[in-house]
This record gives sequence, C-alpha cells and structure tokens, in this order.
Amino acid sequence: MPKTPTSQSKSANAETVAFRGGGFAPRPIGLVGAMVFVFLIAFWEWGSRVGWISQLVLPAPSEAFAAFQELVVSGLLWKHVSASVTRLVTGWISGTVLGLLVGLSIGLFSLARAGLVPLVSAMFPIPKIAMLPLFIIWFGIGEGSKVATILFGTFFPTIITVYGGVDNVDRNLIRMGQSFGLTWFSIVRKIIIPGALPAILSGARISASIAIILLVAAEMIGAEFGIGAYILLAGSLMATDQLIAGVALLSMLGLTVGWLIGKAEKYFLNWRA
Amino acid sequence: MDLRLEGISHNYGSLKVLEGINLAIEHGKILCVVGPSGCGKSTLLRLIGGLERPSAGQVMQIGEAPSDSLNPLTYIFQDFALLPWRTVAGNVNLVLEDQKLSRQRRKDILENVLERTKLSDFADALPRQLSGGMKQRVAIARALAVSPAVFLMDEPLSALDSQTRELLIEDLVDLWTREPFTAVYVTHNLAEAVRLGHSVAVFSRRPGQIRQVVKIGTPLADRKVTDPELIDRQDYLWRLMKDEALAADLELSDA
Repeated sequence: MPKTPTSQSKSANAETVAFRGGGFAPRPIGLVGAMVFVFLIAFWEWGSRVGWISQLVLPAPSEAFAAFQELVVSGLLWKHVSASVTRLVTGWISGTVLGLLVGLSIGLFSLARAGLVPLVSAMFPIPKIAMLPLFIIWFGIGEGSKVATILFGTFFPTIITVYGGVDNVDRNLIRMGQSFGLTWFSIVRKIIIPGALPAILSGARISASIAIILLVAAEMIGAEFGIGAYILLAGSLMATDQLIAGVALLSMLGLTVGWLIGKAEKYFLNWRA
Repeated sequence: MDLRLEGISHNYGSLKVLEGINLAIEHGKILCVVGPSGCGKSTLLRLIGGLERPSAGQVMQIGEAPSDSLNPLTYIFQDFALLPWRTVAGNVNLVLEDQKLSRQRRKDILENVLERTKLSDFADALPRQLSGGMKQRVAIARALAVSPAVFLMDEPLSALDSQTRELLIEDLVDLWTREPFTAVYVTHNLAEAVRLGHSVAVFSRRPGQIRQVVKIGTPLADRKVTDPELIDRQDYLWRLMKDEALAADLELSDA
C-alpha cells in the first residue's frame, strides 16, 4: 500500500500541533441584537399574562403599546416629540458649535490653553441639573432654560474632546505642511481639523447622550409638552403603562441619534480602514 | 542655487547635538550625510530647511532660486507624511492649493508629476491602499510638484523593505539622470549613500561633527550594486564610522 502523507503523520512520535490561536477578534453577527430585544419583550409579555409579573410592578408590553397608540391617535405624540427634538437639536448644536470654537482655540493657542483649561476643569463636573433653578432665573421658565441646560451640558465635554483631538494630530503632518509653505489657515483647515475629526465625532456621540439625559431633566420643570413632561405626568399619576411608553420613546430617540452619528462617521471617515 | 552651512552648532538644552558644521551644497549634485544614530543628521536637515533655528551659525542661500520654483527647499520624510484622508492626487494638490496658479497649470503639474513617478493610474487611491514604496513615490511626486531648488531627504527609504528600496533607488537615479536635481540625502545606510551620493559627508557621534567628505566619481547611472569600486568606497566609509557607531551604541540615550 502506498504511504500517504496522512498515514505518515500518524506514525509513532508524530502528532498534530494543537491549534491555540484565534479568538479576541469581535466580528459582526446580524440579527442577534434584534433577537435579544424580541426575546426579552416576549418573555416579559408572557410573564405578565401568566400573572407571574404583577401589573402593579410592571405593566405588560402590550399595555405600554396601547398607551403609545393612544398617544398616536390623540395626536399628542407629534407635539411631545417635536417639542423635545427641537430643544435637543438647538441645545446640542449650539453647545457643540461653541465647544468646537473654544476647543479649537485651546488646541491652537497657548494663551487660550493656559487661561481656559483650568476653568473648563472647574465647570465640567458641575451637574447642570443642579444649575437648573439658576438657569430658570437667567433664561426664563420657557424654552430658554431648557435649551441652556442642554447647551452647557454638551459644551464642556465637546471642548475636552476637541482639544484632545487637536493635540493628537500627527505633528509630522503639521511640519510637512509648514515645510511646503502652507498658510496657517490652510494647515488648520486641511490638516488639523480633519486629523481631529475622529475624536470630535466620538465626542459627539457622548455629548448627544448627555443631551438626551439633560433634556428629560429640563422638561420635568415647567414644560407643557415634551417627552420628559409626558413621563413626569405619567409618573405622578402612577400610569406606569404611559411611563414605559415614554421611556421607550427616549430609547428610540437615542438609537436614532446614534444611527445618525454612525452615518456621519461613515461619510467623513471613509479614509479609515 | 547653492547652499552653504557656516559654523552651525545646535543644542537641545544642555545637550550638544551639532558642532561647527561647515558644508557646501552644490547645485545639481546629491550630497549624502551618514553618521551613527543620534549624531544630529536629521536635526541638520531641519536646520537647512528652516524648520528649526540653529543655536549658532547660519545657513546661507547663494544665488536666487529658479523663478519657477514654488518651494525652493522641499522635504521628503521618512514616514512619508501623507494625509490619510486625501487621495494620491489630493495629497499632491495640497501643496499647490496655496500657490497662485491657474486651474489648468495646477492640473498640468499634477499630471506631469504623477506620470514621472508612474502613479497616473493611482490618482484616486487613498494612502491606506498603497504599499510603502508607493506611498514614498507619492511623497516624491508631491515634492516634484513644487519644483524645488534643493530636495531635503530625511532617510526616505528607511521605512521600506530592501527590494522596494532597490526599486526606489533606481527611480531616483532615473529622475536625476533625466533632470539633475540638488539634494541633501540623510541616511544611515552606506549602500544607499554610495549609490546616490556625488559626495558623502561622514559625521562623528554626538555632538555631530564632519569627519570627512568623501567624493565618488562614478556617474550615478553607471553605479551597479556589484561594482567593486563602490564596494570599496562603502567599506572605506564603514571603517571611518565603525568606532564611532560602536561608541554611540554604548551611550545612554536620555536625550
């Protein structure tokens, strides 16, 4: 019988070297995320129907959904969501734009860095919710104080990520720009800002989440419409089905914002592998 | 346009890196600078191009730069220094955008340099898609675009594997033969120095001083890897440097 390589390797004193590499490499698996959601909600619904989860403790998903449908039918959904989204967008955009300006000046000018970094460190940890009563005095009980809460909440983290991003831009690229006689403005616009963009966008993800948290807090004071106001009202009436519907709305808002920033990252950072 | 270095010394704090450097950079010739690591040869290059100020002495420019030169002193860096978010064409355009040029002129320059560096088919590729050798060719194209009077090359081939290096040496010899350029070429690789240098300045260890300037007469285009005369020159350079390199290696580097 001719000797095949397999029979050879089975001979005495020969063994296959055991594989011990692999792993530690996360890969995308489609649908699993959605399945977790579906399974959890189904389990919850089942638990409520069997009476295993008391109505008092946690209303069934179907009841929360009914509350949500009520919102849609009465036309209040649009009023709440549009009020919230308007506050969120104005507050977040103005906080981010101001944060970008201040963060860039800290990144570019030593004087701004020396003067502003300690100030930012002192102001960043102050919970903006604690300042809400003051904001109401300064900016009025209407939209002003709500937008201001979100603005200040996003302003400080944006500053920190922007100047961190500027600091991390490859100095060799900047020297290269100087050695080719590029103007200062060109270096900032074509080398520093694109180089800091990855950090700026991941900062935007964080500041957007902070903005949603602050939105709800701000809407709990003196707001007629808004998801936060809806949740507060539901809570004080012990209408837990509405409360769950409101929380689910917030969660969807968060998912949408995250998805939009993911799109922006794909568009602006397509040069990365 | 020639350059002359007059009594250049440089230190970082109390650390002397260069001392009393006098050197002439002649028009149309490639001057190689070799020396042990840490001898200040890259610092010297930054001083020549005005990216750093020498502690003493000066870099003199003799004669006017040619009027068509957009950036007389132009660097080629070891790490290529390409913008990862710009395509090949975008990276070359970067250095033309601040110049007062017509749209057509800009396009002509771009096409010309991409063709000279054999990159025409890769104009729309991003740096991450390119091999190391290709990236350095993009950097060379970018440098050619501003028609420099003097190229300042800081170990341009050190980040590449030896086959790619050999190919790029041939490319550089080719470029020079077609249109002689002036260059200061810093390297730690003696084989590169004898292939590309009309003269080779050998530096001592820190503080860097010139030990000797060795001339190599063979025309660039005729230099072959196996040429006994070149091997002989390379060996001579190595003997000049060997003790210095050994001593430099034993120094503690808390520079």
